[in-house]
Amino acid sequence: MLEKEETMSEIKFSKEHEWITVDGEVATIGITKHATELLGDIVFAELPEKGSNVNKDATAGVVESTKAASDVYTPISGEVVDTNQSIVDDPSKINSDPEGDGWFFKLKIKDPNEMNTLMNRDEYDKFAKESAS
Amino acid sequence: MKKTPLYNLHQKHGAKFVQFAGYEMPIQYETGIVKEHITTRNNSGIFDVSHMGQLFLKGGDELTNDLQKIFPIDLAKISINQSKYSFLMKENGGIYDDLIITKLKDGYMIILNAACKDADLNILKSKIGEKYQINLSDNLSLIAIQGPKAKDVLDSLVPGVTKLKFMNGNQFKYKDLDIYITRSGYTGEDGFEISIDNKIVESFVEKLIEKGSTMIGLGARDTLRLEAGLCLYGHDLDENTSPIEANLKWAISKSKINEKFPGSEFIKKQYNEGVSKLRVGIKPETKVIARESTKIFDEKDNEIGKVTSGTFGPSVNGPIAMGYIHNDYSKKNTKIFLEVRGKRVPASICEMPFYKKNYVREGGDNVRN
Repeated sequence: MLEKEETMSEIKFSKEHEWITVDGEVATIGITKHATELLGDIVFAELPEKGSNVNKDATAGVVESTKAASDVYTPISGEVVDTNQSIVDDPSKINSDPEGDGWFFKLKIKDPNEMNTLMNRDEYDKFAKESAS
Repeated sequence: MKKTPLYNLHQKHGAKFVQFAGYEMPIQYETGIVKEHITTRNNSGIFDVSHMGQLFLKGGDELTNDLQKIFPIDLAKISINQSKYSFLMKENGGIYDDLIITKLKDGYMIILNAACKDADLNILKSKIGEKYQINLSDNLSLIAIQGPKAKDVLDSLVPGVTKLKFMNGNQFKYKDLDIYITRSGYTGEDGFEISIDNKIVESFVEKLIEKGSTMIGLGARDTLRLEAGLCLYGHDLDENTSPIEANLKWAISKSKINEKFPGSEFIKKQYNEGVSKLRVGIKPETKVIARESTKIFDEKDNEIGKVTSGTFGPSVNGPIAMGYIHNDYSKKNTKIFLEVRGKRVPASICEMPFYKKNYVREGGDNVRN
């Protein structure tokens, strides 16, 4: 566990309710548990195209619950190097394991400094609680 | 914001509330919309529809004659305790509200949409004047119990309800109080709607839960009714859409076509000559959900219609929609394209309901004739 914790960065969060972890020069991005609770049962997911370049805070995907559609934004800029097709086939994975099997896409990071604009877990939890009330 | 008498019970069951037609209503409970939907299809579900209007009109044959001039359904032909789906019509052939009218011993009961009920009351008053006692009840709740197990659950509390035929009702007793139950609903399942005193509704619903039923929110009510191909007023029906365009010709009595009622000239013309746009079922070919207001195109880029309701159907396990389309494209299997987030998604016209139950209607006439 210690070794893993040393190589993996801590998890960071955006105000648009995405989470991001960094492993070397590749970041993995998904939506937070809080976001899935707001959305309800997710029944559709759309992912960015592999090889495309996305800019920080731009739309990079879509999730839909039975109620409504919501955009998924990328918290940092980069090139999409991988996408999680399993959530397209079974979107309920996003509800059941948002920070694990329910990840959305991986980016080759363009500017590591963009990570500094994001929140840590304590900050995010506080933000989510405040924005909910 | 108004609350129904079941508000505390909703809270106790972990409801998430939304504002709907001036009421705080449960959109879902802890388990979520998809599970609630499936529970209703496989077992039974309880819906608080107390926000809907329960309007009572007192009168005899003279009242029937006066209402004949208002509704496009032949009220002389329905028997006491029989219900019919109908409309409060606008002079232009559009719909002020869709409703269920039930003939009672001493008049009529009309179930109205929550958002329309106050306006409906005024429209009716203006049409029939002060001749009859007319009252939008505020001491009655309305509960629906729907699903294949609904009849067993309800019969265990109110013996005899299984004898009711579809779209028929009767007076029953519960705790020495009168309750009125009809065999009806809006989910595509067998079920009942129960008009019950506000004072006992909470304990009554708690008993239904004890007997194995589950509270279901407005979210699942919407996915269930859409799978069943049923219209939601304000979305699939409005003041500028006629019942004929809405593909609800079956709800207009043939004997009324040559009679006068608001909008009858338009209805007669459309009934005989057809319409230029028609409500149809739409099946997207991919997993993309086409929501309300999605534009519909043909392969030559002509805009040919608009989606009025669209969601993911949990029992269909895919996206479903309904909308209005130019009549030339309304045939089953016609290929169309839906514009979702700037992209054209292929879809086809399909028959409704999207989901059909293989249960036997226990006598009576069917809502779809």
